[in-house]
Amino acid sequence: MPGTYLPSNYLPVFIFLVVAIAFGLGALLIGAIFRIRRPYKEKLMPYESGIDPVGEPRVRFSIRFYIIAMLFVVFDVEAIFLYPWAVVFDKIGLYAFVEMVIFIFILLVGYLYAWKKEAFTWE
Amino acid sequence: MDITIIKPILPEIVMAALACVVLILELFIHKKETIGVFAILAVAAVSYVIPQSFGSAFNGMFISDGYSVFFKFIFFINLILAVLISIRYLKIERSEFGEYYSLMMFATLGMMIMASATDLIVLYLGLELMALSTYILAGFIRHDRRSNEAALKYFFLGAFSSAILLYGITMIYALTGTTNILAIASQLQGKMTTQLILAIVFLVVAFGFKIALAPFHMWTPDVYEGAPTSITAFMSVGPKAAAFAALGRVFTTGLIDFAPDWRGILIALSILTMAVGNILAIQQSNIKRMLAYSSIAHAGYAVIGVIAGGAEGLSAMMNYLFIYAFMNIGAFAVVIMLRVEGVKGEELEHYRGLAKTHPLAAVLMLIFMFSLTGIPPTGGFIGKFYLFKAAVGAGYAWLAVVAVVFSVISAYFYLRVVMYMYMHEPEGEPAALATSTPLGLALLITTIMVIVLGVYPSPFLAFARLAIG
Amino acid sequence: MVPLHWYLWLGSLVFCIGMFGFLTRRNVIIMFLSIELMLNGVNISLVALSHYMQDLRGQVLTLFVIAVAAAEAAIGLAIVIALFRNKPTTHLDEIKEMKG
Repeated sequence: MPGTYLPSNYLPVFIFLVVAIAFGLGALLIGAIFRIRRPYKEKLMPYESGIDPVGEPRVRFSIRFYIIAMLFVVFDVEAIFLYPWAVVFDKIGLYAFVEMVIFIFILLVGYLYAWKKEAFTWE
Repeated sequence: MDITIIKPILPEIVMAALACVVLILELFIHKKETIGVFAILAVAAVSYVIPQSFGSAFNGMFISDGYSVFFKFIFFINLILAVLISIRYLKIERSEFGEYYSLMMFATLGMMIMASATDLIVLYLGLELMALSTYILAGFIRHDRRSNEAALKYFFLGAFSSAILLYGITMIYALTGTTNILAIASQLQGKMTTQLILAIVFLVVAFGFKIALAPFHMWTPDVYEGAPTSITAFMSVGPKAAAFAALGRVFTTGLIDFAPDWRGILIALSILTMAVGNILAIQQSNIKRMLAYSSIAHAGYAVIGVIAGGAEGLSAMMNYLFIYAFMNIGAFAVVIMLRVEGVKGEELEHYRGLAKTHPLAAVLMLIFMFSLTGIPPTGGFIGKFYLFKAAVGAGYAWLAVVAVVFSVISAYFYLRVVMYMYMHEPEGEPAALATSTPLGLALLITTIMVIVLGVYPSPFLAFARLAIG
Repeated sequence: MVPLHWYLWLGSLVFCIGMFGFLTRRNVIIMFLSIELMLNGVNISLVALSHYMQDLRGQVLTLFVIAVAAAEAAIGLAIVIALFRNKPTTHLDEIKEMKG
């Protein structure tokens, strides 16, 4: 009987979820019932700040984007090691500090490598 | 805090630091051979600190013992020989980049961590460091589509297997509340549960992928064929030996109480692996592909050491991998020698009449093929002999017989290469060989070791036995 | 408190969805996402176990898994890009230079 375990403090979350879904669907539904439908070409055009759209929406992105994205993912996620370190920093003291300096230094080596390889320059 | 606690992990720290140095050096040095030489010097530096490293660190998460040190030497031999055979080859493939050597060093670092891990978390980290570096190395010839494909396939199967390994680790953690390999045994207290069987199966599958046990071998032929030949040599020995080290430690330490259960699985996989590897190798016309199936078959033999278990079985497995490192890299070195500008030199046809055109290369290939078959007086015979002896000693005489039968089958495709070299007349203009001093050195080392191990193996065998303790 | 086995079921479900996706789909990017799903299924189980056993190892492993997954994603993307330059496809069945 897994249902009996469900704690009552989750009830507000559940109510909120139902209300949110109902509100979104309701707004769309009411709009669909009451609005006047009179489509013409300019109206159906994608909105790009009043300027006529140029070219296909599916363009090949420059390979540079991927390289920057890869570097971002790697350097961004390494930051998660800083959180547990920060939590216990005062208990470990100097040792933790030295370890983190080494860790950052290793990251720096990678950064230096990427920099020298001109991974950050845009052509 | 006492600084001496890092002593057991000092070789790994030195290796990591030097790999970073090599990575940075690459930016400033234009002659890439120099970096290769530096990588070999780095191995010398790491070997120098190993004797002082014995002990356990980080609350028993990491250990430097005889078992791990023996494997580390296999990894060093693997790295040195792979560097030596790469130097000329990379030029021919027009892929001379210095990252190559630092990636090899990082992969070796991962293997070292795997061999020393006594905690599943550390084991996982070492495995990933090794695997991620090897994925890149497999795709190192960027302009070659086959190399790209090899990297992609290796990456997908590797990532899949490490996800499975992680789930296995999670199940062990759920059952025992610990990830320490030594503590697992005491926590489980020999109690068998359904979840534990599932966890064992997941671990076997994950390690099976890494050491290419059938039916988890599908990636091996494609990856070995497409990857740069020097990297094929590198990853047919190093990562395989590292996975064996981890397999040996996890199963014969943490899960030793359940030996009857996992032994059954491993015996089935071992027989299937030997069958698949040896029988499918027969129909290959590409030498690299044939050696890939041969490496699958050899994994099947080496697993027998883990099945036999105990000091006898494990040391036989370690010796086998040690000998295998020399004979397999030697064979790949000959394949590399045939790779010259414009000629791939990977097809069996290219070996037609090699004895006439290049007698020395033919003799070397002959020695390695004999050794891979297990014909005395080569190292391959000694390796197989002690493996089968351990199997008989542990009461698996029938398994040894099966392995011998498959060895006989394997003679067909190994000796076919010899037949092509000696019995056939050369066709057309003989192509020149891509010889170089480092490659010659690698061939010299491997040949001498294969013969010495075959004729006078006792000091090396004693070393493995001593390492187990 | 939500009982532990709910989390474990969720974790194994996510893992199985990932495994199923990996084995059935042939688009490189989708297979990639499937592997991430498998890893995240493991992460859910690990964090739940770690919390219920009041033992930090599980969470430590989770942090490592997240970091490794990021490195894996970067390398996987790099390999796909290298392949794409030589052969513009992301469908695995069209990548078949070698077989036998």
